[in-house]
Amino acid sequence: MSGLSAFLNMGGYARFVWPAYGLSLLVLMANVVIPMWRERALRRRLRRRYEREQV
Amino acid sequence: MFESLTKYASPQIAYGLAGRLIPWFGWTAALLFIAGLYGGLVYAPPDYQQGDGFRIIYVHVPAAWLSLFTYMVMASAGAAGLIWKTKVSDAVARNCAPLGAAFTFLALCTGSLWGKPMWGTYWVWDARLTSELILLFLYLGYMALQSAIEERRTAARAGAVLALVGVVNIPIIHYSVIWWNTLHQGPTITLTGAPTMATSMLIPLLIMTLAYMCYFAAVLLVRVRGEILQQERNSHWVRQLILEGGN
Repeated sequence: MSGLSAFLNMGGYARFVWPAYGLSLLVLMANVVIPMWRERALRRRLRRRYEREQV
Repeated sequence: MFESLTKYASPQIAYGLAGRLIPWFGWTAALLFIAGLYGGLVYAPPDYQQGDGFRIIYVHVPAAWLSLFTYMVMASAGAAGLIWKTKVSDAVARNCAPLGAAFTFLALCTGSLWGKPMWGTYWVWDARLTSELILLFLYLGYMALQSAIEERRTAARAGAVLALVGVVNIPIIHYSVIWWNTLHQGPTITLTGAPTMATSMLIPLLIMTLAYMCYFAAVLLVRVRGEILQQERNSHWVRQLILEGGN
């Protein structure tokens, strides 16, 4: 077996190793992206409110 | 000394400090993740018993450690909020919960994916697995409590009490593999004894753990900053910050 396919095969444990890493990546990334989206939305909301109040 | 410490309890100063710390923790975490993943997936040799299946350790153990660490941060911040009544420590405690729940969820899922090939089952009701599942319910209960109580201070106080009562579960999880006969293996790394693990396997594990800790710090600070903005939205400095488009 070539280097890459041997690596992907994980000695026969591919169907346990890769889901464990994939799920970890997914959950960790979601916890970065979601709070950043929320903060951006909050900033937009606040800016609209402040600008309305200034008029 | 005390005055300089309580200064950071001021939302505006905490907001600025968090903003300066986030890039440091964030980029350190990114670099450590790259090094740790290379170390864990490529550099570390296959285990003589478990082959390449043991590599799940590099996402399982850091998540499990962080699930306990996050709980201690949450309970400590909650206690600080009870004692000094500082808004920032309440914000820290509240924002620990979803992160802790995520780490606990990952520890359970990756452990399950590791258990199947090694033990022949995804789940057993042994002491370690059950007490970790209770930890997940503690986090979820805390989050439900936070969203059920409208008034922020009351929610923070109730949450802090729940978190402090739940601290009893932390040593139970930690010592479960020693106190009871469990299918889960005993600790490979302890503070006192030498680790029963080859150095080439241990180093990537330590790097991954550091990566998870820096990640936790960065993400927690992002969340706390968001909460400070929300809570201080009627104050002059937030208005100025937003209108000037500052960070």
